[in-house]
Amino acid sequence: MALEEYKGVFIFAEQVDNKISNIAYELLGKAKDLAKDLETDVTAVLIGSGVKELADSLAVYGADRVIVVDDPELKEYRTEPYAHALASVINEFKPEIMLVGATAIGRDLGPRVSARVATGLTADCTSLEIGNFPLEAVAGQEQLHNQLLMTRPAFGGNTIATIACPYNRPQMATVRPGVMQKIAPVDGAKANIVEFNPGFTPDNKYVEILDIVKSVVDTVDISEAKILVSGGRGVGSAENFKLLDELAEAIGGTVSCSRAVVDNGWKPKDLQVGQTGKTVRPNVYFAIGISGAIQHTAGMEESDIIIAINKDESAPIFDVADYGIVGDLNKIVPMLTAQLREAVK
Amino acid sequence: MKIVVCIKQVPDTKGGVKFNPDGTLDRAAMLSIMNPDDKAGLEAALRLKDEYGAEVTVLTMGLPKAEDVLREAMAMGADKGILVTDRVLGGADTWATSTTLAGAIRNLEYDLIITGRQAIDGDTAQVGPQISEHLGIPVISYAQDIKIDGDNVIVERQFEDRYHVLKAKMPCLITALSELNEPRYMTPGGIFDAWDKEITVWGRADLKDVDDSNLGLKGSPTKIAKASDKVRKGAGEKVAFDSPEESVAYIMGKLKEKHVI
Repeated sequence: MALEEYKGVFIFAEQVDNKISNIAYELLGKAKDLAKDLETDVTAVLIGSGVKELADSLAVYGADRVIVVDDPELKEYRTEPYAHALASVINEFKPEIMLVGATAIGRDLGPRVSARVATGLTADCTSLEIGNFPLEAVAGQEQLHNQLLMTRPAFGGNTIATIACPYNRPQMATVRPGVMQKIAPVDGAKANIVEFNPGFTPDNKYVEILDIVKSVVDTVDISEAKILVSGGRGVGSAENFKLLDELAEAIGGTVSCSRAVVDNGWKPKDLQVGQTGKTVRPNVYFAIGISGAIQHTAGMEESDIIIAINKDESAPIFDVADYGIVGDLNKIVPMLTAQLREAVK
Repeated sequence: MKIVVCIKQVPDTKGGVKFNPDGTLDRAAMLSIMNPDDKAGLEAALRLKDEYGAEVTVLTMGLPKAEDVLREAMAMGADKGILVTDRVLGGADTWATSTTLAGAIRNLEYDLIITGRQAIDGDTAQVGPQISEHLGIPVISYAQDIKIDGDNVIVERQFEDRYHVLKAKMPCLITALSELNEPRYMTPGGIFDAWDKEITVWGRADLKDVDDSNLGLKGSPTKIAKASDKVRKGAGEKVAFDSPEESVAYIMGKLKEKHVI
C-alpha cells in the first residue's frame, strides 16, 4: 500500500428516504477542520437512487466535492450494494481519511467496507484530530506526522482510548452522532459533482427487503433538542411519563429517557440517551429518576447544564449533575411545571 | 441445520478496569462474564434448535480461561465448544480478531453464524460484519427477530426509526441485539453435562487460509496511541430540602440565573 497516494478527507453522506441525515453535516464540519490541518479538501460520498439533487446541500455544509453513486439497487440501504459502492469509491479515489456516522447504517457499512479494503476502523469516535504517532517520539521508532488520532470511549465509558491507523489507508472512523459541530451554512453553494458507478450485479450477498416498518411515533431527534427532559426507571411507569411530557411542554423541551425505560417498553428506542442510545448535549438536561449509570452519563455529560432529581441521595447521577436535587419527582415535577407555566405567561 | 455462535468473555464493565503498562487491557485482572449481546445470540440459536432442530457450536477466541464461557454456553444447551487461543493472537484489534475467527470458521460446516451486535468492553460492533466479509457471505446486523424459511433466514433488522424485514439465503451471518430475547438459565443437568463434554482447543496452526501478517497485535491496523481512565466531570451542587416547594424554588432560581427562562 503506497500510503502517499491516499489524499483528501472523505465522508459518507448518509441519506434515508432521500433525505440527508444530520450526521452527514456533522461529519462535514469535522472533515473541514481536518482538511485544513492537512491542507487538503473535503469530499462527500453520496450513495442512493435519485440522490444527485441532494448534492448541493452537502456543498452548503462544507463539501468541496461530492461523489455521487446513483443506482436503482441503492434505493434502500442494504449492506452489500452500499459496501460495494463505498469500497469502490475508496479504491478509485484513494482518500487518506474516510469518516462514517456511527448510526445503525454506518456501524454496519463501516466494518464491512474496512474489511473489504483491508484497513483499520475505529468505532464510535467522539474526538478526531491530526497529530503524531507515537504521540511522543520514541527512540528506535519513526514518529509519523499528520496522522488521524481517533479518540473513543470504551468499557462502557470507563476508559478513553486514542487510536491511530499509521500503516494502512484510508484511516477510517465511525463517529458518534451529536458530537461534531456543523459549520454555518454557506447559502447558495453549488456542489462540484463527480458521478461514479462501479456496476451492481446481485449475488449471494444481496439480501431481499420484504417489508419496511416505520416506527409509528413521531420521530423527534433528541440529539437536536436544546432542552431535554429525560426520565429513568424512577419515573415508575409509562403513564407517569405524562409528568415529564407536561414539564417538557412548559419549558419548550423534548422528552428523552434512559435504557431502563426502553427495556421496560415505556418509551421507544429512538428517545434513548446513552452508550447504546444517542449522545446528546443540550443546553439543559433534566435527569429525572435516572440513577446515572456510566452507560447513561456517557451520552449526556457534555450537556451545558445538568439538573438531576432523584430520591436516592447516593445515585451516581449526582456526580455529574451541576444541580442535584434529592427529592420526590412526583411532587417536584408537577409543581415545577406549574411555576414554569406561570413564569412564561 | 448447523449454527455457529461467536461469543466473547468480557470483563464486567461495572467493576474496575485495569491496564497493562503498554496501554492494552489487563483482562486477567478483571471479573469475567459472557458478553450480553452474544448471550442473546446464543439464546436465538438455541431457540432455532428447539424449533427446527440444529447443531449449535459455540466459538470463542481468548485466554485459556475463556473456556468458562464455552462451558456456560454448553450448560445452556450448545452442543460443541471451540476455544481459539494462542499467544500470537493476543492484542488483536477488530480486523485481526475477525480474521482469526473467520480462519477458525472455515474449518466448520455452517448454515448460520450468529454473533452479538457488540461487546460491552470494546463496544465496536465491528467483528460480526467483518467476519462475514472475510467469508464472503451476507450479513444482517442488529437483528430483533430471526425466523427460518427453507434455505432462507427472515430477519427483522433494526434501524433508528424503523425496521426492515430482510430475507437472505443461507449461509448468512446475523448480529443479535440483547433486546432479541431473555436468555435461558443453565440447567443443573446441563451444567453437569457441560463439564463432561470435550472442548476443542485450536491454536494458530489450526486457522485456515490466514496470513500471519493479519493476526494479533502486529497484524492489527489500528494501534493504541493512548488509553486512560476517563476523567469525569466534577459534581456540582447537591441539595436536599424538606419540602418540594423549596426544591422547585431552587430549580426556578437556577433556570433564571442561567437565563434559561
